[in-house]
Amino acid sequence: MSVEAKLGPVGQIPLGEGRAFLVGDEPVAVFRPRSGGLYALRAICPHRGGPLADGLTDGEVVMCPLHHHQFALADGTCRTGADDVAAYRATEEDGELVVRLG
Amino acid sequence: MTQIAERPETEQTTPPRSRLVVVGNGMSGARALEEILARGGGDRFAITVFGDEPYGNYNRILLSEVLANAAGSVVDNEDADDEIYLNPLDWYADNGITLHAGVRIVRIDRHAKVVLGDDGSVTPYDTLVLATGSRSFFPPMEGMWASRTALTRGVFGFRSLDDATSMLAHVKDHRTAVVIGGGLLGLEAAAGLQAHGVAVHVVHPTEVLMNQQLEAEASKVLRSKLQDRGMHMHLGVKTSEILTENGSVSGVRFTDGSDLACDMVVVTAGIRPNIGLAMVSGLETQRAIVVDDKMRSVDDDDIYVVGECAQHRGEVYGVVGPLWEQAAVLADVVTGADPDAEYHGSRLATKLKVAGVDVAQMGVKTPERSSDEFVQFSETGRGVYQTVVIRDGTLIGATLVGDVSKVAALTQAFDSRSALPEERIQLLFDLGSADDSSAVADLPDDTQICNCNGVSKGDLIACVEHGAESVSACTAQTRAGKGCGSCKGLVKEVVEAALGGAGAEDPADSYYVPGIPLDKPTLMREIRARELKSVSAVFAALAPEGREHVGSKMGLTALLRMMWPDDVVDERDGRFINDRVHANIQRDGTFSVVPRMSGGVTSPEQLRRIADVAEKHEIPMVKLTGGQRIDLLGVPKEKLQEVWADLDMPSGWAYGKSFRTVKTCVGTDFCRFGLGDSTQLGIDLEERYKGVEGPAKMKLAVSGCPRNCAESMVKDVGLVAVEGGEWQIYVGGAAGATIRKGDILATVDSHEEAIRLTGRFLQYYREHANWLERTYDFVPRMGLEYLQAVIVDDTEGIAAELDARMQETVDRYSDPWAADQQERTPGQFHDALPLVPLPQVPVR
Ligand code: SRM
Ligand SMILES: Cc1cc2nc3c(=O)[nH]c(=O)nc-3n(C[C@H](O)[C@H](O)[C@H](O)COP(=O)(O)OP(=O)(O)OC[C@H]3O[C@@H](n4cnc5c(N)ncnc54)[C@H](O)[C@@H]3O)c2cc1C
Ligand code: SF4
Ligand code: FES
Repeated sequence: MSVEAKLGPVGQIPLGEGRAFLVGDEPVAVFRPRSGGLYALRAICPHRGGPLADGLTDGEVVMCPLHHHQFALADGTCRTGADDVAAYRATEEDGELVVRLG
Repeated sequence: MTQIAERPETEQTTPPRSRLVVVGNGMSGARALEEILARGGGDRFAITVFGDEPYGNYNRILLSEVLANAAGSVVDNEDADDEIYLNPLDWYADNGITLHAGVRIVRIDRHAKVVLGDDGSVTPYDTLVLATGSRSFFPPMEGMWASRTALTRGVFGFRSLDDATSMLAHVKDHRTAVVIGGGLLGLEAAAGLQAHGVAVHVVHPTEVLMNQQLEAEASKVLRSKLQDRGMHMHLGVKTSEILTENGSVSGVRFTDGSDLACDMVVVTAGIRPNIGLAMVSGLETQRAIVVDDKMRSVDDDDIYVVGECAQHRGEVYGVVGPLWEQAAVLADVVTGADPDAEYHGSRLATKLKVAGVDVAQMGVKTPERSSDEFVQFSETGRGVYQTVVIRDGTLIGATLVGDVSKVAALTQAFDSRSALPEERIQLLFDLGSADDSSAVADLPDDTQICNCNGVSKGDLIACVEHGAESVSACTAQTRAGKGCGSCKGLVKEVVEAALGGAGAEDPADSYYVPGIPLDKPTLMREIRARELKSVSAVFAALAPEGREHVGSKMGLTALLRMMWPDDVVDERDGRFINDRVHANIQRDGTFSVVPRMSGGVTSPEQLRRIADVAEKHEIPMVKLTGGQRIDLLGVPKEKLQEVWADLDMPSGWAYGKSFRTVKTCVGTDFCRFGLGDSTQLGIDLEERYKGVEGPAKMKLAVSGCPRNCAESMVKDVGLVAVEGGEWQIYVGGAAGATIRKGDILATVDSHEEAIRLTGRFLQYYREHANWLERTYDFVPRMGLEYLQAVIVDDTEGIAAELDARMQETVDRYSDPWAADQQERTPGQFHDALPLVPLPQVPVR
């Protein structure tokens, strides 16, 4: 089953940062790197529940603010030995942010 | 007490066991017994031991600790398995050994093969082991003795448990001690007595303390460390007389005629082997009992000698290492386990902690021939002194004071006479890491190396096996060393060992941040030359392929904010979350709020406001911090602005790599000991330098007198008022993950000067320290003398510029809580998480 949500203007995410949204029941962190594109990961760090949307990102990975595990924006794989996090699809449609689960 | 070992009735069926008698129940006697038992000697011998101390066998080395610990309990109860006892009385019984504690052997009848005790006992032996050790040497001196056998009340030797206990009883009501003899034992005694609050004077006949182990320069470093600890040194003088009053010690007189009042004297002027027994029994003695390579008396094949009472090939040893080797050879020969075993002497390598200072010494102290090479390293600020002596390409001596981290490597080179690096200085530096890795090589794989992030040795090795090629790659993958940081050295060793010990030179070590291959000075030059004023501009211009790097953003943000206080481009995505919302993220995603409370001083009005805010916002916990202020913990992100507004207090910057707190004590305002107005100076410092950002946290303290109640000596910058209206400025102290006493940068005589030098030091630190390098690493890296030259004496002529740049930073200060009452970026204070229940910070 796939859920798709229109989440409002892309501009609500400052360039280079991430913000958290609720898509259905799923908390999703969406990132808007300076290098372009939009990326969505489950918003909760699989390590100890840290808020990934508050993490620093460089377009390649996001670094959880609690213990600095790093997760690839593209597919959620952990680069630092913790579990992977679910990755979702985020796109911009007519200036609007769209996230699809599943 | 006496009982002659009885033969069992079953004599006819089992062959009679041979009778082994040991005289002397000290460290080497007991060790010889253990070695003999380990080789099955328990079946072969009926063993009897005589010791004239009324105890089981104890660890003499620990007497220093017994003395320092005031632990009467350690010695009261010898049945308890107190640490000092090596073998409890049970051990003798369990091994079928007959122990006669408190009996002194006065003669050996070698023809009858019996030993005679001072209790009248006569004990036959087939094999005899002499392990009578040494005793304190008391130089002939007026006032030393009360009678032929009793010392004057208040005079002590330092050799036995009884010596230590009687000293402990004496220090309770006596205040000043003179220690005669500044060798190892004297310094240990001095440190022990100091721990009881006794003022201690060490008298030593030459300028060189511990002259048996150390040469002049090394000794000088040790001396200044001990003096820092408040020990008084009288060097190059001798004691000529012990002064007494009513039969007790009242002082000492020196050979120059001057007197020093004291109520206690400890004589540590050397030791003398106990050889009287051997002499009267007709055994060859010189300085000690002369033995052959089988540890046998040269006169009698049935008498073995071990320990400090043995003289082998002209050497008499006074530390336990060689005695252990002797005991093993003796046991091999006596039990027949290896009848050909021979002792060939020991190369002395000693590692000691002398009065809290690490000292290691091996081989010769100084070059002896003109062709000997001598490598010397000295860092007096840190109290470190190291030398090595090399002859014909092999290490023949090394001395380390203050920092003995390379002792394992050196001992190995010394013992194995292995080839040395071409560049000799590597012996004191690089080689250490290669060899320490052989120490870490011994650690089991499941040893936890990083205690913050739970990374084991095995995890690090797995990283290397999976292709990581550098220390930084391994730490990036495991986060080892990224907690408190205290394990970084160990992590490096493990990884380097796993990489093949070659210690792969990791250029990334010198980068200011990992994502840009430049060290800090070069990076700053480039940034200035190209006028790069934002993090993204720096990446675009200087990173490989212009690529951003997540782990480099914070460091660059901090650097740019320092370099361009006026016109840095504020890219919020370059900041860590704490710096985006000016609060400290907690484990559940909420934040803590710490308002500034300069110098730790608050008011009823402020407290009332804090209480009101805590109540209104249902703050889960209100806590006093270790930084002398109040923390409101568990504030949701979206409530931060409201809490700040209600508090109406400035930010305490408890989140940033920035100037944090100035802890103070009450000082002259209230304290009866106060010598300076520490509270006011602390407030002034904090008001001026609040929020100044840098490479790492800056924590300060001001204490009103050397009692140091604000812990100034372990702060990044700490000020201590001293008599005469002066302030000592300590820098580079630490009491977090690392403990380090700060070094005195300068002593100044006004608040203005103290504030100015503090600012200048901090500015220099901001400009020159590596990212996340606290002052406790920075100060030793730069060297205290260098920092003093630049900052205090202005040898480079940059003091005015440093002051001006600091002033600019101070002038530009704005309170981030007030400034961010309006959101700076969309959703700056939006919740990032509350969407599912998570472990919450507990409410108390
Ligand atoms: C709140 C406080 C503990 C308390 O309840 O008392 C505290 C809390 C934290 N300390 Fe601390 N430290 C606190 C005083 C100290 C002190 C004592 C002091 O400041 O006098 C020290 C030793 C002094 C020093 O820094 O050398 C201290 C040494 C550390 C260290 C080790 C730093 C080091 O290099 O040795 C860390 C880890 C780090 O910086 O990477 C650390 C890190 C932390 C962090 C910020 C961990 C983090 O990154 O999130 C903690 C935040 C907890 C939280 O969730 O809010 N904290 N921490 C104290 C705040 C003081 C203040 O008013 O600002
Ligand atoms: C305070 C202190 C600190 C020290 N610290 C260190 C250190 O850090 N590192 C180090 O390597 N070494 C240290 N030493 C030295 C170390 O303790 C000695 O080298 C070691 O104890 C010598 O062992 P031993 O068996 O030869 O002599 P001892 O341990 O002195 O044992 C000899 C025993 O024989 C007994 N005895 C003597 N004559 C007779 C007799 N006729 N009949 C019966 N019994 C007799 C004595 O009473 C004594 O119990 C320290 C010594 C002291 C005092
Ligand atoms: S506050 Fe306590 S738990 Fe947190 S870093 Fe400091 S010592 Fe560790
Ligand atoms: S919770 Fe994210 S790294 Fe620990």
